[in-house]
Amino acid sequence: MTGKKSLEELQALTKTIRRRIVEMTGAAKSGHPGGSLSAVEIVATLFFDVMNHDPQNPHWEDRDRFILSKGHGCPVLYAVMAECGYTPVEQLNTLRKLGSIYQGHPDRRFIPALEASTGSLGQGLSIGLGMALAARLDGKPWRTYVVLGDGEIQEGQIWEAAMFASFHKVDNLVAIVDYNRIQLDGFVKDIMELEPLADKWRSFGWHVVELDGHSIPALREAFAVPAAVKGKPTVVIAHTVKGKGVSFMENNPKWHGVAPSPQEVELALKELA
Amino acid sequence: MSTKAVKLQSELKMGAATRAAFGDALLELARQDERIVVCDADLSKSTMTHKFAQAFPHRFFSCGIAEANMVGVGAGLASAGKIAVVSSFSCFVANKGFEQLRVAVAYPQVKSFKVVGTHSGISIGEDGPSQMAVEDLSLACALPGFVVISPADEVSMKALFRAAVYHDGPVYVRAGRAPAPIVHSPDRAFELGKAVELVPGADVAIVATGLMVAEAIRAAEQLETEGVSARVLDMHTIKPLDREAIHRAAAQTGAVVVAEEHLVDSGLGVRVAQVVAETHPAVMEFVGIQDTYAESGTPAGLLEKYGLVASNVAAAARRALDRKKQG
Repeated sequence: MTGKKSLEELQALTKTIRRRIVEMTGAAKSGHPGGSLSAVEIVATLFFDVMNHDPQNPHWEDRDRFILSKGHGCPVLYAVMAECGYTPVEQLNTLRKLGSIYQGHPDRRFIPALEASTGSLGQGLSIGLGMALAARLDGKPWRTYVVLGDGEIQEGQIWEAAMFASFHKVDNLVAIVDYNRIQLDGFVKDIMELEPLADKWRSFGWHVVELDGHSIPALREAFAVPAAVKGKPTVVIAHTVKGKGVSFMENNPKWHGVAPSPQEVELALKELA
Repeated sequence: MSTKAVKLQSELKMGAATRAAFGDALLELARQDERIVVCDADLSKSTMTHKFAQAFPHRFFSCGIAEANMVGVGAGLASAGKIAVVSSFSCFVANKGFEQLRVAVAYPQVKSFKVVGTHSGISIGEDGPSQMAVEDLSLACALPGFVVISPADEVSMKALFRAAVYHDGPVYVRAGRAPAPIVHSPDRAFELGKAVELVPGADVAIVATGLMVAEAIRAAEQLETEGVSARVLDMHTIKPLDREAIHRAAAQTGAVVVAEEHLVDSGLGVRVAQVVAETHPAVMEFVGIQDTYAESGTPAGLLEKYGLVASNVAAAARRALDRKKQG
């Protein structure tokens, strides 16, 4: 099992993770830095503080499951998993290169510790629900966490899954919406508005928690709540900033799917020093 | 050729629909194996998973009319140690669930995931083309790593469904709505990927799958009265194909007919043609649904109208023989 981190250690780690996201996407010359940076605290808090898992034994049956349904945000997952010890840190900058285990979207053939291969949006919640049902059937305490993109939840399959989850009273799964309000073509509100988002989830029978997705204490507290909510699934709507931590990337749709140039990498790393 | 192996038309006893045989086999296996769970999309009374649902309600997951989510949920169950049997009409689960079969199952190779599509082909009858899967074999074969099976009768369905459940990889199982004539003896052993020679023959080989196996046997019987020795192979596994059996058929007869209840230009026929081209080029003819959708009607009426009965198979065999003679 991973040792749980203190708040200070976690906050220091988020800077390391952000630096690696910038370096990886810079080295790859492609990829999705904006939506990786927005999810840093979410993914780091789960892996370093919330989930029971063991990088030395990735297929431990009773591990908590994590699915990055917004697969394009994989630089954050790769950086966090490498930091945990699942995969080599020194290979992170091979992201997206031929033969790299760090594929353009999460691919279980290359990293067997991944719970699912994602990248085609809208699918991770359904897969996570199947896992959660298996845990319940077996009377196991492990939990499933699924990180969704905000643009991603425009997919109809998400709402099929949302209906399914409350109907089957799946209370051992937590969905997290990385609500950075930007998708590839622009701001979510201009592409396909999601509001009133919390009301949508509530009307589908979910327990809704809204918080600042960059606040580790808020995330910690939120992830403690679902264990107490019985009989219904929980969604954490995490309000985040796309490109968080790099001033010129923050809240700018350009950085959804564009890699920083060498000069931009240098600038970003100075800010994240 | 030997006439002993030829079953006369009057001897082909009508059996259960392959969907019914699937439902029974599922229940039987589930009694012995707690890992088996089932997902269904509001069609359990038709797919015949309702028997399982009644016996094991806690292992049955009603997914509502939402096939994409159902396939994903099945993938998750299978990834977490269950043997997930996901079922709906072929046209819904293969078409609406295709993207999920691709990304959530085939791509990460979720091995204990089994999808059973019932009501395949046009023999579903009156409900018409929106419910008829005529492209499901093509879609399923386009999923790398999938085994694709299309059993002809209740005997082969029971045996092959068991093999599918315990195959170490994802499987697509094609089942039909209409009762299917029994073409196999009850004690026959089946192996995934191994065709069954039902009728020996040296002049022409008929490679058939699903309901067309019975029609192929009837065609062989007709051809025999004309002095033509026609071999009939039940190609119950569409992928991986039994390359040896196809090679042998092409080499030994020089004329191959493929018969399927599927779009003729994207199903078993083109796959067999590829193997014939690679192993022993021979004259070929194809029986299947042409580039069209069918319509409402009785199953028998539809099969007749769309050219999927024994006389069509026999005619194709005669064409193949003529072309073979012309060299």
